[in-house]
Amino acid sequence: MSSFSVTEPTKRTKWFAGTMVIVYALITMLPLAWIMMTGFKSPADAISYPPKVVFEPTLEGYVNLFTTRTRQTDEFLAANPPETWYEEIVREYDMVIAGPSKFGERFLNSVIIGFGSTFLSIVLGTLAAYAFSRFKIPLADDLLFFILSTRMMPPIAVAIPIFLMYRQLGLSDTHLGMILLYTAVNISLAVWLLKGFIDEIPREYEEAALIDGYTRFQAFYKVVLPQAATGIASTAIFCLIFAWNEYAFAVLLTSGTAQTAPPFIPTIIGVGGLDWPAVAAGATIFLLPVMIFTILLRKHLLRGITFGAVRK
Amino acid sequence: MAQIIIKNVRKEFGDFTAVKESSFTIEDGEFFMLLGPSGCGKTTTLRMIAGLELPTSGEIYLDGEEISQKPPSQRDIAFVFQMFALYPHMNVRKNLSYPLVSQGMARRDVKAKVEEVAGILGITDILNKPVGGLSGGDRQRVALGRAIVRDPKAFMMDEPLGALDAEFREHMSEELRALHDRMGATTVYVTHDQLEAMQMGDKIVVMNNAVVEQFGTPQEIYDKPATMFVADFIGSPSMNFLDFSGKVADGATSVDLGGQAHGIPRQMQGASGDLVFGVRPEHIKLSDDGAYRGEILATEYLGTTQIITLATPNGEAKARIDSAQVAKVGEKVGLSFEAPKVTLFDRAGGQALRSELNDGVLSNG
Repeated sequence: MSSFSVTEPTKRTKWFAGTMVIVYALITMLPLAWIMMTGFKSPADAISYPPKVVFEPTLEGYVNLFTTRTRQTDEFLAANPPETWYEEIVREYDMVIAGPSKFGERFLNSVIIGFGSTFLSIVLGTLAAYAFSRFKIPLADDLLFFILSTRMMPPIAVAIPIFLMYRQLGLSDTHLGMILLYTAVNISLAVWLLKGFIDEIPREYEEAALIDGYTRFQAFYKVVLPQAATGIASTAIFCLIFAWNEYAFAVLLTSGTAQTAPPFIPTIIGVGGLDWPAVAAGATIFLLPVMIFTILLRKHLLRGITFGAVRK
Repeated sequence: MAQIIIKNVRKEFGDFTAVKESSFTIEDGEFFMLLGPSGCGKTTTLRMIAGLELPTSGEIYLDGEEISQKPPSQRDIAFVFQMFALYPHMNVRKNLSYPLVSQGMARRDVKAKVEEVAGILGITDILNKPVGGLSGGDRQRVALGRAIVRDPKAFMMDEPLGALDAEFREHMSEELRALHDRMGATTVYVTHDQLEAMQMGDKIVVMNNAVVEQFGTPQEIYDKPATMFVADFIGSPSMNFLDFSGKVADGATSVDLGGQAHGIPRQMQGASGDLVFGVRPEHIKLSDDGAYRGEILATEYLGTTQIITLATPNGEAKARIDSAQVAKVGEKVGLSFEAPKVTLFDRAGGQALRSELNDGVLSNG
C-alpha cells in the first residue's frame, strides 16, 4: 500500500508549512510584542542599548499616558504624602498629578467616530447592496463602477477641498464631520463587499417570505439580514479598521473636541521629553478595541473571507 | 379554494417575451400541470399567478377577483419552490409557523396548527430540528407544510420533485397527489417531465416558446395533440411523423402514403402541400401481408412490449409491439396503422388538421 494521497499533505510538507507559519507569525508579532513590552518599561529601560528583554515591569507609562503632572517644591511633597499607587510612581520623579490627560477623551472620540462611521457604512451599504443585487436599476453596472472609482485615488488627494468644504459647513473638528467623512470613504468598499454576499443568497428565501405574507422590507430584515450576517460582520471589521487607524484626515480636520487617538498619541512625545513608554502604552490600548471586535467576529470573518469560494 | 382564470397574460423582460398572450382556466380543486421544456415560460406563468412577477398585460382572476397587479402577500396563494427555500436560520417549527405569524395569529393557535400539519405530513418528530440537516424528502415535506399550514386559496409548485432522486420522486409524487385529493385544493404544478404531468395532473397546459400549445386532460393531450410539438413532447417514444406531400380534402377518410391508401379519421378541414401523418408507436401494427412495408433497423426489449425502429418510405418510425411477436433486424415487414387514432399535421405550421378525432379539442389551445 502506498501512503500517497492527493488531499493529505506529506509529513515533510506539513513540517515545512508549520515552520513557515511560525516564522511569519514571529515576524509580524515581534513589533507588537515590542510595543507592548515598552509600555511596561521605565523610560530608562525603554531607550537602553542593547534593548532589555528582561526588565522590571512598571505601570509608569500608563500613568503618564492618562495623567498630566507638574513638578512641586520639596515642602509641598513632604506635606502631601502620596495617597494612591499611581501617585507613588509619579513621586519618584518629584512630580504630582495635576489631572487627567486628554487621552481618555481622544480615545472615546475614536470609539464614537470609528464605530459610528462603521455603523453608518454598514446600514447604507447593506441597503444599497441589496438594491443593486435585487432590483433592476438603470445603469447599475456604471453606478457600481462609479462607486468603486471613488477608491481609485488615495482619499488624502481630496484633503484640501474637503478641508475647505468642512470649514464652510462648520463640520471641522466635529464628530459628525469625521463620521460622515469615514463613511464616505468606506461606503464603496461596503457596497461592493456586501453586494457579493447578498448575490449569494438565493432569491427564493425572500420570495418565500413574500408569499408567506411579509412585505419586501420585512423579508429583507427577517430573512436576508440573518443570511448576510457573515458578510456584514467581515465588512464591518474592514470598515472599522480603516476608520480606527485613519491618521491623515484626523490630523488635518481635528484639533480638539473631535480629535481621535491616532493624531493624539504622537503629541505625548512632546510633553516633557521623549516618553516612549507612554506612547507605547497608548498604542497598546489603542489596539485593543479592534482586536476585541475582530476576535468577537472572527468566526464570521473566516467564513466571510472564504464565502462564495465553495459552492454549497 | 378557488378557480383561477388566466386571461391574455403577457410577460416581457426588456426585449425578451417570456409569455405571449396566454389564456386558460384552472377549475376549483384541480391538480393542474404546466408542462413544457425549460425556458418555455411555464415558471414565469406560475410566478405571475403567485405575484412574484407582475404581468406586462392581461388579467388573472382568483375566485373572481382580479389580482394580477397585487403583491403576493395579498393573494393568499402558497408557493413550493424547487429548491424548497426553507428559511435556513430557523428550525422546522419556526419555518412552519412563519406564514401564520405574519397574519398575527395567536401563539397558541399557531402551535396547534403547526402540530396538526406536522401530523398530516408525518414530520412531528423533526419539528425542533434545524432545517440544515434534513434529508431531501423531509425538506420537501417541510416545504409542503409551510404551504398548507395557512389554508391558502391555491398552491403553486415549481418542480417540487426536481431536487429529489428518482426513486424517492416516485414515492413523493404519490404522496403529493394523495395530499391534494385529501385537501381538494387548487394546485398549479410546473414540470418539464411529461410522465409526471400525465401521472399526476387532472389537466395539463403544454407550453413552448412562450406560447400555450394545448390545454386539456392528459388523455386529450395524448390522443389528440393540437400541434406537432405536443405530439412530440408527450409520450415516450414520441409520436411518429411520416412526411408526405399531397392533398387532403375536407371529408376525406384516407390519404395516399407511399403509394398506398391509409385510413384516417374523417377530416373536417382540407389541406395540401407538405403534410405529416402522425401516429403513436402503439398504433402501428406489423402484418406480413401489408403492402406498405418497412425495414426493421433496431429492436429494444422492454419486458411486456418491445420498441422496434423501422425505415419506412416516409421516414423513420418506431412501433411498440408485443414482445412475444418475433421481430428481426434487417427483416422487411408490412405495416398498418390504426385509422381512428391518426392525426394529420401541416408540416410548415405544425398545426393539427381538424378531424373527427380532435374536433372540439383544438379550440382549447
